[in-house]
Amino acid sequence: MLSGKIFGALAGAAVVALAATGAVAQPKDKVKVGFIYVGPVGDHGWSYQHDVGRQAIEKAFPGKVTTTFVESVPEADSERAIEQLARTGHDLIFTTSFGFMEPTLKVAKKYPNIKFEHATGFKRAPNLSTYAAKFHEGRYIIGQIAGKMTKSNTIGYVGAFPIPEVVAGINAFYLGAQSVNPNVKIKIVFANTWYDPAKEGDAAKALLDQGVDMLAQHTDSPAPIQAAEARGKFGFGQASDMERFAPKAQLTAIVDNWSDYYVARTKAVLDGTWKSEDVWGGLASNMVVMTPYKNMPDDVKKLAQDTEAAIRSGTLNPFKCPVIGQDGKEIECKGKGALSDEQVLGMNFYVKGIEDKIPQ
Amino acid sequence: MTTFEAILLTIVTASTPLLIAALGELVAERSGVLNLGVEGMMAMGAACSFAAAVTFDSTLLGVAAGMLAGALMAALFALVVLGFAANQVGSGLALTIFGLGLSGLIGAPFVGARRDPVAPVDIPGLSDIPVIGRLFFEQDLFVYASIALTILVAIYLTRTRSGLTLRSIGENHTSANALGMPVWRVRFWAILFGGACAGLAGAYLALVYTRFWSPGMTAGRGWIALALVVFAAWRPGWLLVGAYIFGAATVLQLHAQAAQFGVPSQLLSAVPYLATIIALLLLSLRHGRAIGAPGSLGAPFVPDR
Repeated sequence: MLSGKIFGALAGAAVVALAATGAVAQPKDKVKVGFIYVGPVGDHGWSYQHDVGRQAIEKAFPGKVTTTFVESVPEADSERAIEQLARTGHDLIFTTSFGFMEPTLKVAKKYPNIKFEHATGFKRAPNLSTYAAKFHEGRYIIGQIAGKMTKSNTIGYVGAFPIPEVVAGINAFYLGAQSVNPNVKIKIVFANTWYDPAKEGDAAKALLDQGVDMLAQHTDSPAPIQAAEARGKFGFGQASDMERFAPKAQLTAIVDNWSDYYVARTKAVLDGTWKSEDVWGGLASNMVVMTPYKNMPDDVKKLAQDTEAAIRSGTLNPFKCPVIGQDGKEIECKGKGALSDEQVLGMNFYVKGIEDKIPQ
Repeated sequence: MTTFEAILLTIVTASTPLLIAALGELVAERSGVLNLGVEGMMAMGAACSFAAAVTFDSTLLGVAAGMLAGALMAALFALVVLGFAANQVGSGLALTIFGLGLSGLIGAPFVGARRDPVAPVDIPGLSDIPVIGRLFFEQDLFVYASIALTILVAIYLTRTRSGLTLRSIGENHTSANALGMPVWRVRFWAILFGGACAGLAGAYLALVYTRFWSPGMTAGRGWIALALVVFAAWRPGWLLVGAYIFGAATVLQLHAQAAQFGVPSQLLSAVPYLATIIALLLLSLRHGRAIGAPGSLGAPFVPDR
């Protein structure tokens, strides 16, 4: 695989560079941490939650840590912004969108003494970690809630782009729904944007117009759940608690909680113990948090709480084998009793029961 | 409400901000000024309208604030391109960047606030007509205003003396000036009108369409409005058609996905843009030349002494 080769070569080069400069991790008195956001801090969603994490760092190490951020960085133009942070004395840089992967790798190679952390990617180097959250765990729970509560037997999903992260979320959501309601149907609309409130809202309205009464979303603004609220239907908050936008419609929200992770990684740089890692946290490590279950009958609430506890304790995996593909064939099970992490991170198929096709 | 009616309603909502913003730009361009700052003025309109609406709990004041903000941004642009005869393309781009930044600053305290929906205004009797009744006679005031504005602009440009003056200035500012027409004054008001319209479109976006403020929520609609003016060959009637085609294409592609037509969503997302290109092609074929652009569009005006 070409990208694998390139990755190997780059990683090798980075190791050589590290050895040549003799960089050994040392404890530091002061650390400067930089963040690159793909959207505006005020998006109430993805970037907003990363910024909550940034503020947690400032609170955790008063006087020792300074933080900066650059918001609304286009993925195509991110290398410049990342390099800017690298040049201005940052010790630790978080790049918080999948599309920042290649630029982060490139800049990390150029600055071997600076630690980089890339969210949701899969390319690492000695000074580049990756981290992501198992949002699909939360999506399985909301799938069960939707499957139980739907009256039209049709649930909807507003996706951003047909990339593995989103596809895995759709599958987990649908598998959850199917586990409690075998005949449930799902309709999927891709907005082809992470952030365009008006268009996200239109996508949600399109689904609601076509008979969907439970709406999940994987785009960043509260517009879809707000559309559900306006029509008297139900939805689920994405990335942050969206209750204030949809007090009647929000059943729960899947919140990205980066604070603990960001504080831990900053502490590692302060202590000189930072290592390149691949962290994939979920409900168990509190990287994914469900807001209180509301606006639903007690039995559904109980079901959701039990499922959450089961996933947390490890007795339930949303992608437990057998997972059946759309063609009716079983997907090869590469993990222990469930799909492997790689299979989930690279998911490019819909499960059986979803009648749509992934746009190629 | 049937699905069909629901779809049509969404299309109207999606088209209205495009139509309002593009109408303002059309008038400015007809006077010979190319203002690429629509996106920035729209963002300012959205931020200021939302801020005012939340602060005073009044949609009306919000709308006024949005239009005022757009007009003030436009006045700044007018000062630069009329007063100092600066390059219009550069100034317009700067206005967009400035507006997007400033709107983020103004809107920052209002991130997370929300407004209740603006109630549609029902025209009694007429709204009971099946299908078209709800579509045409039970909309929010903005929709009626946008249609009325289109008609007024069309009448103004083609049927009034003042409109003729504006068009003459746009076609050839040197000749118009030689004939004693007030080039600067007319252009100033045209630019201001454009700004107020962009502000109104922004207000619609923030108060009716999404009902919350977040930075960058205009998401490129200002640029689409600019393209629509070209698409419409600088004619208000065509602008109405163009805005609704664009709104329809955007909304229908979402419905096509939900209905599982099996066409790639990326292709469907490109449909509105393809429609624009094809329409432009057809229009220019019919006219056989570059169509409708005012002769002095984009040229700085420096009178002979």
